Amino acid sequence: MSKKVHVTTSVNHEPVEFLCEPRQSLLEVLRDTLRLTGAKEGCNNGNCGACTVIFNGVPVNSCLVLAVEAEGATVETVEGLADHGHLHPIQKCFLEGAALQCGVCTPGFLVAAKALLDHNPDPTEHDIRFGLANNLCRCTGYDKIVKAVQAAARELQSLAK
Amino acid sequence: MSHTDELYLGKTSYQVLGKRPVRHDGADKVTGKAVYAADVQLPNMAHGKIVRSPHAHARIKSIDVSEAVKIPGVFAVVTAADFPNLERRSEVMGEGGPVNLAHMAANCLAMGKVLYKGHPVAAVAAANVHLAEEAAAKIKVEYEVLPSVTWVLDAMKDDAPLLHEDLRTDSMGKKGDRPTNVALHLQFEKGNIAEGFQQADIVVEREFRTASVHQGYIEPHATVALWNEDNRLKIWASTQGAFNCRQQVAQLLQIPVSQCLVVPCEIGGGFGGKIAVYLEPVAALLSRKCGRPVKLVMQRNEVFEATGPTPGSFLRVKLGATKDGKLTAGEAWLAYDCGAFPGGVIAPGCMCVFSCYELPNARVDGFDVLDNKPKTQAYRAPGATQAAFACEQVIDELAEALGIDPLEFRLKNAASEGTRRFDGPVYPRVGLVECLHAAKHSYHWKSPLSGANRGRGIAAGFWFNIGLASSCSGSVNGDGVVTLVEGSTDIGGTRTSIAMQLAETLGIGAADVLPQVGDTDSVGFTFLTGGSRTTFATGLAAYKLGLDLQAQMQERAATIWECEPAAVEVKYGVYSRNGQSLTFKELAGKISELGLDPVVGRASVSPEGSTNAFGVHIADVEVDPETGKVTVLRYTAIQDAGKAVHPSYVEGQMQGGAVQGIGWALNEEYFFDRKDQMRNASFLDYRMPTCLDVPMIETIIVEVPNPSHPFGVRGVGETPIVAPPATIANAIHKATGVRMTVLPISPPALWKALSEKS
Amino acid sequence: MPVVFIPTPLRDITAGTAEVTVEGNTVRAVVDALEQRYPGIKTRLCRGDSLSPGLQVSIDHVMTTRGLRATVRPDSEVHFLPVIGGG
Repeated sequence: MSKKVHVTTSVNHEPVEFLCEPRQSLLEVLRDTLRLTGAKEGCNNGNCGACTVIFNGVPVNSCLVLAVEAEGATVETVEGLADHGHLHPIQKCFLEGAALQCGVCTPGFLVAAKALLDHNPDPTEHDIRFGLANNLCRCTGYDKIVKAVQAAARELQSLAK
Repeated sequence: MSHTDELYLGKTSYQVLGKRPVRHDGADKVTGKAVYAADVQLPNMAHGKIVRSPHAHARIKSIDVSEAVKIPGVFAVVTAADFPNLERRSEVMGEGGPVNLAHMAANCLAMGKVLYKGHPVAAVAAANVHLAEEAAAKIKVEYEVLPSVTWVLDAMKDDAPLLHEDLRTDSMGKKGDRPTNVALHLQFEKGNIAEGFQQADIVVEREFRTASVHQGYIEPHATVALWNEDNRLKIWASTQGAFNCRQQVAQLLQIPVSQCLVVPCEIGGGFGGKIAVYLEPVAALLSRKCGRPVKLVMQRNEVFEATGPTPGSFLRVKLGATKDGKLTAGEAWLAYDCGAFPGGVIAPGCMCVFSCYELPNARVDGFDVLDNKPKTQAYRAPGATQAAFACEQVIDELAEALGIDPLEFRLKNAASEGTRRFDGPVYPRVGLVECLHAAKHSYHWKSPLSGANRGRGIAAGFWFNIGLASSCSGSVNGDGVVTLVEGSTDIGGTRTSIAMQLAETLGIGAADVLPQVGDTDSVGFTFLTGGSRTTFATGLAAYKLGLDLQAQMQERAATIWECEPAAVEVKYGVYSRNGQSLTFKELAGKISELGLDPVVGRASVSPEGSTNAFGVHIADVEVDPETGKVTVLRYTAIQDAGKAVHPSYVEGQMQGGAVQGIGWALNEEYFFDRKDQMRNASFLDYRMPTCLDVPMIETIIVEVPNPSHPFGVRGVGETPIVAPPATIANAIHKATGVRMTVLPISPPALWKALSEKS
Repeated sequence: MPVVFIPTPLRDITAGTAEVTVEGNTVRAVVDALEQRYPGIKTRLCRGDSLSPGLQVSIDHVMTTRGLRATVRPDSEVHFLPVIGGG
């Protein structure tokens, strides 16, 4: 077991420090050390997106990022979406559109959808499906997820006006 | 005539049912706060790792753990020797037949032999998961490798490698005399098939094959077990049934059920694959040995290699019809594999194969066959999808040969109330005909489809709904809100649909019922969430709880108004007598204010029989002849829900099942190499649909009320997976003229078939 | 009197008869009556004092969990079917 590394980073816009082994993934540290269990481990090799976080503004599979890489970076997780007790429009639209069943893929989808809409506020259906193709869902068949993201896009656009 | 309780109240309008309230657990699920089993963290918790067989079939010669236990930070190691002696013990665990406990234990930790690659052999608990992995790698197991087999027909041959030397074929209580891999032979016969086929003007017979596919839930199996200092075993589990989990663990460890407490965490998908226990008994044994809580979580490859897929199968289906399209006879020969231990899903497969149709003469033979794969488990409607893939394509061929529209052909022969199934019983009121009519009048069916290499397919699907026991309890708070504790683990939003049924009964709003899923200490026995039973049976319990609470509220009002309870009228949640009235909320407030006996209610039910759910699916596909790739252009799922309590959840079940079925049809399969090892045990190569692979899934909910539920509710969760592979195959046939009889219809397979045709 | 539909694998015991009318007001009584007429059929349907764990009974087209204790009416139809589960 190697000596632990001290990492200074930002998680959900707050400064955070932690100790980790070099072999630990960012996903593992978020969940086990920082107790942010929203990001889930579905496959641990970057094929399901349940661990999606926004890393330096870009959505990534946190199971494929080493925790030590977070040094000096910004990390956004599902826990950072709501604002002072108010759900983000994406979260609201998922609930109102019943876009979740078991909910385990939901944090990954919410974060990926936020990254998509930050980058492309007026996506077509194809843009949404392409942008979320890294996130697997086995329960919903994706229909209501895509519709929820469309609804969120409309709401965010009207809020921006 | 059926003498099940006719409970249907016949209401034509509802205050709560049919609306779409936001689910009660919604905020937690979208903020990452909902606790799944792998999220549980306890003080001093150890992490476990399982050592698994690298061979598909082998004798275990020795297990040497000496190097592993020396590592600092390793707390305990267990093998099958740590289980109590379970030889020849079998228990009835509820649905699905008897369970051989020795087999169940051996599936958790191998005894003597390993029967599939990935079969657990030992387990270790250590200070963290990385250390546990290091220790696991140091456990030395010596194997004598044996020949193996993974195709069901090969496993049935006389010279096939045998998995269990003492197994004999069971034919309804009669045992065969030869060692075999065929665990079960089922037979069903109705009428006279020789005569029936004689009466036919046309007979079509085809053979079909399907590969093993996995339920594919995104959350791997996970558990935390704590063998406490007071000798109580507490388990946090990802399970479809806390009580079923508890029963299995208690039986395997030979402890009284009440010594074990199971807390069902939020569950990240099940579909039938999280009913059998894998990790819980092992984590419990580790915890008892090291005196710490132990967390065991599967990696994705372990989920594929060592938890139950659905059977791979071989089916031969023959149907005969007159020239005006009336079916006269049917014959089916079905071989389903069950993996490493007996007890697969051949029975429902046999009982579903012809269940959509009036068939005066039929014969079905079915075989449960062992092979060197993980033990099969239910995958939504177990066995029915394979059966429909076969039957619905033969139906389509008959229709085409006779020049009859495939939907009309199905209407001509559709089962309805009074149809005698080929396995014996007669259908009560069911909705297949209504679903077919809905399909006929749907936008999808009426829209033209044009373009090269495009085709439209249709298929019907059937599944049972089971009943079995459910319990719940509730109390009325001073502010008029009712807290409800029910025992059905919530995979898809059922805590809300059950709360809605309670709210409807009491005449209050869905937001005024706060549901929670209880653990095995805090709620009465409730059978698992599966079998499409939950909204039906636990909903029925909630309805009866509502009646209990309402009666108590009447008594309290009578106390307040100094009259007999019978003099208090109740309508839509308003209690009145002689011009005085109180709403439910107001009455609750008065009860609290005046210090009357708290209103606490309970109900438990075990409804018999239950009902049936039919569905019809329509798909438009486009085939790329250069690559064999199939694009699903448009898809509609139609299903009889009896009464859709929360339409969004019913739609969700239909859409989710349809997309699983599309994956099953077009891509998913267990790919075994020459050593019978699964080579695609990851989401990269076990290719499930992403959102880019499927269109919107249109849904049409048909409501033919179920007579045995007060609101007419039928279970809906499983039927949606039955029709899709047949629907897609029928569409591909229309698009290309090629009939694909092997699943999956992956691009190389379709490309090859197209090349051979041209 | 109730009508029992003989499961296909047991028709070798009943010499091919597929439907049998017997007396009985419970499944247990019906099974005993069948055994009287067709010795050997009971061991195929029961294990010890219960219905065989792999079987369930349908009475008047409704599956019952009550096994041998289930009530049978004079005009009932009785079927013995494999237990099935769901997912």
